[in-house]
Amino acid sequence: MAEYSVIGTSLAKVDAPERVTGKATYGADLDLPGMLWAKLVRSPHAHARIKQIGTSRAKALPGVKAVITAHDLPPLPKGATAPLVGEVSIDMSAIREIVMASDKVRYHGQVVAAVAATDPFIAEEAAGLVDVDYEPLPVVEDVLQAMQPDAPLVHEDLHTLEEATQEKSGQPSNVSTHMVYTRGDVEAGFAAADAVVEKTYTTQMVHQGYLEPQACAARIEPNGKVTLWTSAQGHFTVRTQLVTLLGLPASQLKVVPMEIGGGFGGKALALFEPTAIVLAQKTSRPVKLVVSREEVLRATGPGAPAVITVKAGATQDGKITALTTTMRYDAGAFPGSPVARGLLVGLAPYKLDNMVAEGFDVLTNKPRVQAYRAPGGTPAAFAVEALMDALAAEIHVDPLAFRQKNAAEEGDTLPLGMPLNRIGLTQMLKQIETHPCWTTPLEGPHRGRGLALGYWIGGSFTSSAEVKINPDATASIFVGTVDLTGTRTTISQMVADELQLDPQDITITVGDTDSAPFADLSGGSRITYTMSAAAHQASQDVLTQLKERAAEKLKVSIAEVEYQAKRFWAKDDTRNEVNLAELARESVAWGSGPIIGKGSTTRMQPAHAYAAHVADVEVDPDTGKVTILRYTCFQDVGKAINPTQVEGQIQGGAVQGIGWALNEEYIFDNGELKNASLLDYRCPVALDLPMIETVLTEVPASEGPYGLRGVGEVPIVPPGAALANAIYRATGTRLYELPMNPERIFWATRGNGTNGSHGANGSGGE
Amino acid sequence: MRQAIELNVNGEPHDALVDSRETLLDTLRYKLGHMGPKEGCGNGNCGACTVVLNGAVVNACLVFAVEAAGADVTTVEGVAAEGNLHPVQQAFIEHGALQCGFCTPGFIMSAKALLERNPNPSEPEIRLAISGNLCRCTGYDKIVRAIQAASQALSQTA
Repeated sequence: MAEYSVIGTSLAKVDAPERVTGKATYGADLDLPGMLWAKLVRSPHAHARIKQIGTSRAKALPGVKAVITAHDLPPLPKGATAPLVGEVSIDMSAIREIVMASDKVRYHGQVVAAVAATDPFIAEEAAGLVDVDYEPLPVVEDVLQAMQPDAPLVHEDLHTLEEATQEKSGQPSNVSTHMVYTRGDVEAGFAAADAVVEKTYTTQMVHQGYLEPQACAARIEPNGKVTLWTSAQGHFTVRTQLVTLLGLPASQLKVVPMEIGGGFGGKALALFEPTAIVLAQKTSRPVKLVVSREEVLRATGPGAPAVITVKAGATQDGKITALTTTMRYDAGAFPGSPVARGLLVGLAPYKLDNMVAEGFDVLTNKPRVQAYRAPGGTPAAFAVEALMDALAAEIHVDPLAFRQKNAAEEGDTLPLGMPLNRIGLTQMLKQIETHPCWTTPLEGPHRGRGLALGYWIGGSFTSSAEVKINPDATASIFVGTVDLTGTRTTISQMVADELQLDPQDITITVGDTDSAPFADLSGGSRITYTMSAAAHQASQDVLTQLKERAAEKLKVSIAEVEYQAKRFWAKDDTRNEVNLAELARESVAWGSGPIIGKGSTTRMQPAHAYAAHVADVEVDPDTGKVTILRYTCFQDVGKAINPTQVEGQIQGGAVQGIGWALNEEYIFDNGELKNASLLDYRCPVALDLPMIETVLTEVPASEGPYGLRGVGEVPIVPPGAALANAIYRATGTRLYELPMNPERIFWATRGNGTNGSHGANGSGGE
Repeated sequence: MRQAIELNVNGEPHDALVDSRETLLDTLRYKLGHMGPKEGCGNGNCGACTVVLNGAVVNACLVFAVEAAGADVTTVEGVAAEGNLHPVQQAFIEHGALQCGFCTPGFIMSAKALLERNPNPSEPEIRLAISGNLCRCTGYDKIVRAIQAASQALSQTA
């Protein structure tokens, strides 16, 4: 592989100075002249028919400029879809109902109307004056209850799609999709096993917890064109949805990306932007819509919970002979849980010759789930990795050796059918063997060590970059991908090395939808990976154009032109040279004009990412409180373009997973969220945690110029089981339900409470 | 009801006509143009709006604007003296202690205040001092290390 001087170094984030000084501009920081403030009216019922909405009292309040309901949104044919990424489409009629409910509310906090007023106090008061007449309906909250034939129906006209046959069920149901993947002969596999373990695991609804509540602003320009500012994960994705939802041509809609205060998958859909635009159209004034933290938690779309049964058998020497799993994911009020990703992620670390993997996408009267970092992966890995630990214990095989014996390798076929290209799982597991986090004895009472694996497929889809050479021989990069995680910095590093420029001489801009080249949304650990191809291609395009001009000047063929350190020369006569500065200056003085390189990719192979986490815990026997003593994350990153940023991604993801494992859960009462604040919905704080150690494995991915793999998603996958397995060794009790908070551990260690109440797991160790 | 107040922000005198329901955070952001302090929760749970009010570290979302009449307020915009980044800001950049950056203004204020009252804090003291600030991107590791580094940098220049 080529030598690089900027790639592989921890260049400081190019956008850091404006962030440490408070100058970075996020969605809510927009303050437009004449701006109105919007406020959403939300349902106090989790399931109810809307009989009537009265807006006259709200409209009569001085300062109120508009009140809208779903009738004010343009009509949309039922089943209308819009492309989301690649060939994946989303059901826009569901999006429209989330934007504003038309005839029925299906979760507590669903939007039913919106107001725009001259200040936020008036907007809030007016929202309280919108009179909505509801007919409450029975609520179904629990995923297993929702699957029962007599459960209240979230949608009266929804029928189960059988994925294999593409047939729909006769009776309406809360199960939107049923899928089954099979391989080999599980009956024979279980018969060959020396031990079989079967358990059911439960996880709760959780929130992404981005610090910035959703914010957007819309303005109608004098020519009728809409300008929309939004802190979403993909401004082109938002535009695509708005084109369908509002019936506007893309040319009449400019979406400007603002800095985004965290997304983690939760800011991918246009759930607020349509309202801001329609209010701006009604009032002919700019409208800003910023939601409150309570609204964020109640109704913006959390991460999916699941009830997962896993059964696996192994021979005495530690070889898995068969596995079956049933994963039931709660989508909330509209179809689309990440159950298929759950099946993929949970099983991807293993060679499975005999397997049945079954998934259900289930609807309940809860907010429609949105993606959350490695969507679907965390519940699945909690279940599978805890079960594997129990199975290994049953046959007295070391948990690391058990994983090594069954680890997937290049050429194996993933559970959903795709062959694995180059992966670094084996090498990563080898690193654990000798690492002090694994070899150092853990002494003292009530302490235990746990290991769990994680996987993420890595996203692909469309990314584009333009690289321009400025007349002074500096470079400007132009992209359409929102920077969630430091991608402006890593893309700059790639271009710096390709063009052999100092990073100081490169600037990068995330442009709006009218000016930047198209890109799909930022998510799925896809940006650095796909941008590596696009930025490489754009840089090569620049170099080719420069060499053409140099060849002309040096009077040699292009093939004879060499380039290094801002200097072009003829291969056979090194004194026959021209420097970059001269070519750059001349490019806008005469000849062919400015040098603009373009690069794009629409589809790359997956760059599979594997991780393993090792956790040491101490459990207070009197209170059930878990203290993490040491936490180490191993991950095959392919190639760390910026090691500090890679570590930061891993540490942040691991801590989100730790929060999911130990603290975080939505607590519902008849569909109403009871802990809708950041005090009661407790994300980890600095005091809860040790330093998070990272160990990077670098096995290059099969595709891409630098061998890198996306790193952001996978670190959230292993913590649930790593901690559950550690808690088992500390207490002798296995936990079957997240979060493993003090109360749950206190009761579980006393053989009591709701330890996996969904399954007949019993309590205590095996 | 509206009330006229005067206050000093980052050493500059200001006056503003404020609603009696308005928070200091709203006034700083929408009346005085200091968009550095962020609103992540509006009820003191996240710390993104942390400012220093008459020497005390507070959540600006929990202070009514009228309570801040006559006060001295320092926001993140006032931390870099004459355009030179404060060692805490410098350390956050060098140690990768920020990702999305939305919580960063609050962390900078909490960390700077900690180092002013305790120039050589232990790791647990640092973790306690920033426990009122939520960060969802970093897992806090690099934030703690940045504050340790800033502590060292400050002791070398002192």
